[in-house]
Amino acid sequence: MVEFALPANSKVQPGKSHKAPAGAKRVKTFKIYRYDPDSGQNPRLDSFEIDLDDCGPMVLDALLKIKDEIDSTLTLRRSCREGICGSCAMNIDGTNTLACLKPIADIKGDVKVFPLPHMSVVKDLVPDLSLAYAQLASIKPWIQRQSPLPPDRETLQSIEDRAKLDGLWECILCFCCQTSCPSYWWNSDRYLGPAVLLQAARWIHDSRDEMTGERLDALEDPFKLYRCHTIMNCTSTCPKGLNPARAIGSIKEKLAERTF
Amino acid sequence: MSLRSPLGRARGMGSAKDGMTHFWAQRLTAVALVPITFWFCFSLVALAGADYAHFRAWLSMPGNTTLMLITIFITFHHAQLGMSVVLEDYVHDKGLLLISRTGVKFAAWLFGIFCAVSVLHVAFVGG
Repeated sequence: MVEFALPANSKVQPGKSHKAPAGAKRVKTFKIYRYDPDSGQNPRLDSFEIDLDDCGPMVLDALLKIKDEIDSTLTLRRSCREGICGSCAMNIDGTNTLACLKPIADIKGDVKVFPLPHMSVVKDLVPDLSLAYAQLASIKPWIQRQSPLPPDRETLQSIEDRAKLDGLWECILCFCCQTSCPSYWWNSDRYLGPAVLLQAARWIHDSRDEMTGERLDALEDPFKLYRCHTIMNCTSTCPKGLNPARAIGSIKEKLAERTF
Repeated sequence: MSLRSPLGRARGMGSAKDGMTHFWAQRLTAVALVPITFWFCFSLVALAGADYAHFRAWLSMPGNTTLMLITIFITFHHAQLGMSVVLEDYVHDKGLLLISRTGVKFAAWLFGIFCAVSVLHVAFVGG
């Protein structure tokens, strides 16, 4: 059966407290999930008081300030710091989002930071995304053609056909949507999840691809595709403002169109 | 514990090449239930306080018998489709899933046929 409670060794314990420096005027408390598999201890929630007058505006700025100045063992993924790479996806203030795009000022009260939900945790804020990446690979996210490619130019696409990819190509694969989906929580081993299905839609709707039928065949499955119950967490949490639920719906439409 | 690669896990046993008909039937029966439920509720209100003879006369009218049988068929069909999805979501033990899904289908057939026979009995036999 589905487990609705955390296993005993995953229950989060109270952690260490780090006070703000003397003279700090605008103090904000960050409560951050910490887990070190080598310690053999349960995860804990550490508390860090930060002077906002001496910190950048985004949650990622605060996390890097903590790592640089208070606790260098804090572990997180980050790279571009401008919402393009998708590395710093985490659960902030109860919602999956990118730390680099989340203003601290938008959060009332303490800032609670956890790793992406319902994934194995490698360390602190770093989830294990191996299965999600493998699921992405399983849908073959590249153009597949039987016709030979033109030797002297690109494969052309009309403006109308190109427009069908808008809302799909912008995905940065941060997996915020994937890990916000209850269907994915309960059946991540069989359901492909919203991020991967949005990518599948991106190639199904690409006029240059010639394997639409095979792609639809591979998705027509009670679990791989139809575990989506249009809960819409994916759409409400996407930090890029995309709509994975609509993309999944478009795949279901294609399958219905093919049958009827 | 398994040492199978993530890609091996993700690809699993491949596609079942099934799911569209189940999904479509669930939506179709859901839409059909909207007007049927209105008719059913309206009829219940209109028949409030009626005695058995009055109810029998109403039910034995061809239109009402037909709509009542359709209500039974669609309700139980929709219920078993929906329950199957719920069980697939939450029951992960394969044996238990098979037993519970089969049980739901049998129960839907059993109660559905019982209801249909009861309607026909009241409408055409009485007593």
